[in-house]
Amino acid sequence: MPRRRRLRKIVAPPGFKGYKPYGHRPNSKMVELLYEEYEAIKLADYDLLNQLEASKLMGISRATFARIYESARRKIAEALVETKEIKTVYGNAHMDENWYVCNQCHARFNLPDPTTASCCPMCKSDEINNIITND
Amino acid sequence: MKIAITSTQNIPESTFDLRFGRASYFCIYNTENNSVEFIDNENINANSGAGIKAAEKVIELGVSRVISGDFGPKAKDLLDKFKIQMVMLDDDSQTISSIIKQLNK
Repeated sequence: MPRRRRLRKIVAPPGFKGYKPYGHRPNSKMVELLYEEYEAIKLADYDLLNQLEASKLMGISRATFARIYESARRKIAEALVETKEIKTVYGNAHMDENWYVCNQCHARFNLPDPTTASCCPMCKSDEINNIITND
Repeated sequence: MKIAITSTQNIPESTFDLRFGRASYFCIYNTENNSVEFIDNENINANSGAGIKAAEKVIELGVSRVISGDFGPKAKDLLDKFKIQMVMLDDDSQTISSIIKQLNK
C-alpha cells in the first residue's frame, strides 16, 4: 500500500475557478490545476520565495514542493500550447483546521458548534472526513 | 433555523452562485416554516469589502448556516467568530430549489 499523501497547506484558494483561451478553434480540452499547484506557483513565482521556504509554508518537504511546482508549470505550459482551458480543482490541499469534507456529496463545511451532531449539512451523511492538518 | 444560499437570480429556479460577497441575491430559507425569501445584495459592485459586508448582512439576518461556493479570508473570519456554519459546494449548475430539496431529504 502506498504511503498516505501528506496534505499540502495553502494560504488561500485561487481567486478564480479557471482560465479560458480565446480566439482559438473551439475545443473542449481542459487541464486540471490542483490548488496546491496554484499555491506552489504563487509562492515561487509571485512571492519569490525559494523552494525551501515555500515548502516549509506548505508543510511538505523541499523535494515534494519541487515536484508539485514542476507539475504545475507543465500543466500551464500544456494549457498554453494546446489551447486548453485551465480549471482549478481541490486536490490534496487543506486550508484551515476544523474543515470537513463529505464523502457522499463532496460538500466542504466547518462545524462551528462541536455539540451538534457531526453529519454533512447537505445530505446528512455521517461519512465525513476531517481535512486534517499535518502538525 | 435560517439558511442563506447564494443565488444568481431571485426565483427558486435560479442557479446557485459560487461567489459569496458578490453573489447577486441571498436566498434565506427558513427550515421552521419552509419559507423562502430573496434578498438583494447591494454590495455586488463594491470595490472592496464585499465579502465582509455580505457576512455582516447574514449575521444581521440571524442566519446560522451559509451555503456558497467559496468564502474569502475576511468573510470566513467574521462568520467563524459568530459561529455560523459555512458550506462550500463546487457545482454551480444546481438550482436553489434542488439545494433546498437536498437539505430536506
